[in-house]
Amino acid sequence: MSVVPDTTTKIAFTDNDTKFNTDGVTFIVNPYDELALTKGLEIAEANGGTVTVCHVGSSSSDAAIRKALSIGASEAIRIDAEPLDSQFVASQIAPIAKEYDMVITGRESIDYNGGAVCGLLGAELNWPSVNVVTEIAVADRKATIEHDIDGGREELEVNLPVVVSAQKDLCEPRIPNMKSIMQARMKPLNVVPAIEVTQQSEYHTYDLPPAKQGVKLVDASDPAALVEMLKLEKII
Amino acid sequence: MAILVFVETQDGKYKKAGLEAVSYAAQMNAGEVTALCIGEHEGLDAVAKIGASSLVVLPDMGHFDAQKVSSAISQVASNLNVDTVVISNSYAGKDIAPQIAGQLKASLATNVVSLPNAQGEVTRGVYSGKAFAQVKLNGAKKVLAITPNSFDILDNTQTAAMKEVDVTISEGGVVLKELKKVTGKIPLTEAEVVISGGRGLKGPENWNLVEDLADELNAATACSKPVSDMEWRPHSEHVGQTGITIKPNLYIAIGISGAIQHLAGVSSSKTIVVINKDPEAPFFKAADYGIVGDAFDVIPKLTEALRNN
Repeated sequence: MSVVPDTTTKIAFTDNDTKFNTDGVTFIVNPYDELALTKGLEIAEANGGTVTVCHVGSSSSDAAIRKALSIGASEAIRIDAEPLDSQFVASQIAPIAKEYDMVITGRESIDYNGGAVCGLLGAELNWPSVNVVTEIAVADRKATIEHDIDGGREELEVNLPVVVSAQKDLCEPRIPNMKSIMQARMKPLNVVPAIEVTQQSEYHTYDLPPAKQGVKLVDASDPAALVEMLKLEKII
Repeated sequence: MAILVFVETQDGKYKKAGLEAVSYAAQMNAGEVTALCIGEHEGLDAVAKIGASSLVVLPDMGHFDAQKVSSAISQVASNLNVDTVVISNSYAGKDIAPQIAGQLKASLATNVVSLPNAQGEVTRGVYSGKAFAQVKLNGAKKVLAITPNSFDILDNTQTAAMKEVDVTISEGGVVLKELKKVTGKIPLTEAEVVISGGRGLKGPENWNLVEDLADELNAATACSKPVSDMEWRPHSEHVGQTGITIKPNLYIAIGISGAIQHLAGVSSSKTIVVINKDPEAPFFKAADYGIVGDAFDVIPKLTEALRNN
């Protein structure tokens, strides 16, 4: 699970564009990870079993982790380290994940958009991995999975253990209620130290897309004029 | 130095995004470029004229099983001792890039939108299109997944030859049950022109307006989040922060107000046209061209004008 800026956040950077400006930013559970968690709970309820939430980050993530516990996870593991990149995160999660039957990640985090943790875990654990999953059903340690591919969808069958990444259509995220929020306070949140890994990448600077020059308006009565303009600029 | 490029194919033809990857590798100017494809392909010349000096063809493995494919590509990369593997950032590419990086113990960057600069940094899209980051990959080996429509395909003819590499095709863990191909449709992430509809279209029954315009421009169709949430259109068409991030040459938004989450997914489009009856719609501030008018009146005229052109 990743903790990310709320989707309405206006992105800005500080320290000579080397750091994300967290001033006034609300941090949330990554939306795709909420789906992953909900689906995990559905599968555990149907087959017996429990769901553990795993996160790489500092104690500033604890509120979001409590939210995940209130949604229904039985326990949480926080690996106490700055999540440097997808490869760092996957290397930290892998030794924990290998004790489980299934790992569900989000399709991507909405901050770094790497979309790589699922595949990286597959490679590290030597488990099959299936990306951008829109449906999963598990029975007799076999998962039937539907996932998006370029220009379509396919249905696959795979034996557990497996690692998959959650896409939007997978389920409706579960909303915690007052009782589950109270219960979440009592659930274990285990903090473990990070293992030593080689840092594969370094984020140096950030920038924002260039601003638009200003819109050229075309009269609604004459859309053909737009076609002329687009042709003139060789856009079409 | 040597670079290996996976060129995706569809029905035996090289995909444009795959050719972009070959041209990207050639423009890196960092050594010999080997193109790799699987199964039926278009031959050596098509990749040689844009910078590849050899082509490796792996046997057809049937269904695209990411584990099988990445293991085979990793074997070729090791065998040829390449430093960099370049892949297109499609669904298939994003499926295999991390696995190849894992298998080769290479550093990985996805969503790449620039060539490496003098410091060896590449630019990648972050915050779902709201920003870019300059990233330095530390590993001696690198895997780069490059965003479609980010690089031109440049002529750069090489003397080229086919290359044979022995690979062991692994078993693969997944079994294909059913394939639901949306045929005749252009994948959104690779489309050069995208026509997108929002709540302003009032209901799914009016999508013929979007589709007719898309037909004239050979475009893919997309939609805003409310439209996919209301199930007027499938989620696979949803562009925006929690949907797909796209980078077409031309993006035409019809009846979409332009919430920050939507803009995040489309702001990298080269040219943005906004058609909305509300002159105050925030999208106009992010647009290159705009028409303030009723979609039901403007779009048929626009489609007609294109047809007559």
